[in-house]
Amino acid sequence: MPGAPKIAMLRKRAEMLARARQFFAARDVLEVDTPLLGKGLVVESHIDPIPCQVTIDGGAEQRHLLTSPEGPMKRLLAAGSGPIYQFAHAFRDGEVGKRHAIEFTMLEWYRPDFDHHALMAEVEALVHGLLPRVATQSFARRTYRQVFLDSVGIDPFATSLRELRATCERLEVPIPPGFDDGSIDDALDLLLVAHIEPTLGQGRPLFVHDYPASQAALAQIHEDQNGNHVAQRFELYINGVELANGYHELADPLEQRQRFDQANRDREARNRAPLPIDEPLIEALGTGFPPCAGVALGFDRVVMLATNSDNITDVR
Amino acid sequence: MASYGTSDFKKGLKVLLDNEPYLIVDLDFMKPGKGQAVYRIKVKNLISGRVLDKSYRSGDSIEGADIEEKTMQFLYKDATHYHFMDGESFEQIELTSEQVGDAAKWLVDEMMCDVVMWNGSPITCEPPNHVDLEVTYTEPGAKGNSTGNVQKPATVSTDAELMVPTFINQGDTVRIDTRTGEYVERVSKG
Repeated sequence: MPGAPKIAMLRKRAEMLARARQFFAARDVLEVDTPLLGKGLVVESHIDPIPCQVTIDGGAEQRHLLTSPEGPMKRLLAAGSGPIYQFAHAFRDGEVGKRHAIEFTMLEWYRPDFDHHALMAEVEALVHGLLPRVATQSFARRTYRQVFLDSVGIDPFATSLRELRATCERLEVPIPPGFDDGSIDDALDLLLVAHIEPTLGQGRPLFVHDYPASQAALAQIHEDQNGNHVAQRFELYINGVELANGYHELADPLEQRQRFDQANRDREARNRAPLPIDEPLIEALGTGFPPCAGVALGFDRVVMLATNSDNITDVR
Repeated sequence: MASYGTSDFKKGLKVLLDNEPYLIVDLDFMKPGKGQAVYRIKVKNLISGRVLDKSYRSGDSIEGADIEEKTMQFLYKDATHYHFMDGESFEQIELTSEQVGDAAKWLVDEMMCDVVMWNGSPITCEPPNHVDLEVTYTEPGAKGNSTGNVQKPATVSTDAELMVPTFINQGDTVRIDTRTGEYVERVSKG
């Protein structure tokens, strides 16, 4: 008997995989299957790959299980692939929780000539099709700034650690050690996960966009109408669950290298090992990489919402 | 004492916070996609029983608490204290009723308990997960009502009260789960 619900879940998951593949086939997006093992990485301050050693021609070499298929997929885009998608396993060391697993399934896709708003519309169409009973309303879009102003009365572009500490105390968010020596982004992250996230996308799915430039990762940065530097990045929330992260992709190889270097400096300051940069990715950005938008959707979490599961280990 | 990093956090870990021993009773890993992970834990003070909410970030650590559990026999209770004995060393220790807390509901003479020692001194005790106690009072069950989930109140030999099925009679011995205070099964008829 304990096996039966698991089999039912697997069938549901398989049906959702098939539906997503139909969605992309109908839109002429090509399915690809890129390597999970890489030499260099998309370097991020707070995401750790899994290092592993391989043997090549009798010699030991260092590789990593990739934290996302972003590097290899962007190389395909630069080589002229056109729109592509893939279901990829991604690896993030240390991430274990109800909604986190060290190995998980990501649905990642790229759209040449789309910006982040055009891609949000496509994410909405796909997710609406995958979660017809959960995502019943049209998706809302709000800026990161508006979300913070509405939820906690703070302007994330004009705040201080002191104001953030007082806000945490007012909202009974426990303050971690070292809070006052951390960055504004660290404190914003704390308020976001501990207080704001559970309220996001309740009833109506929500895209949060225009992140602070310091949280741009691989997104283009622009100045908004308030004069703030914002990243053309978005996240999708449904019922308090973060489902997707997308960018209007940065296409400048020099700036990309600077951001990777900055992320490595930040890692070192946090006692995390610096990571080897995905050099072929930097090269690809300089040679034929098309203007495009890309997004990664946590497929396991979509299945969790579809099957009303509260633990990621239940859906795989 | 060892110090524990966030990746070592787990339920059941005993840690030292503000110089008092705590038990991690719940743990939640939260992380914004690109942002910093937050480890939110609920900790229970092993002395007062008070539960606190704490958060930590990768790289933080907490000192472990020197907690040892010794199996000891409950000897007797006097006006102010509960007395226990270590069966191997014959060493005797005592706990106040405040330290014993809810466990007092299930203690009967000679019962083996886990006494929790912090830095070598007793701070509380845990009864076995299951105890068998005699029902000293319960109303007779109505006939024809012996199936289903109908329950009635009963008092056991330690004066604790709990709900039991209607077929249980005064003098029966019942097994109780001390973690929930719930009836498990009838062990013998009175």
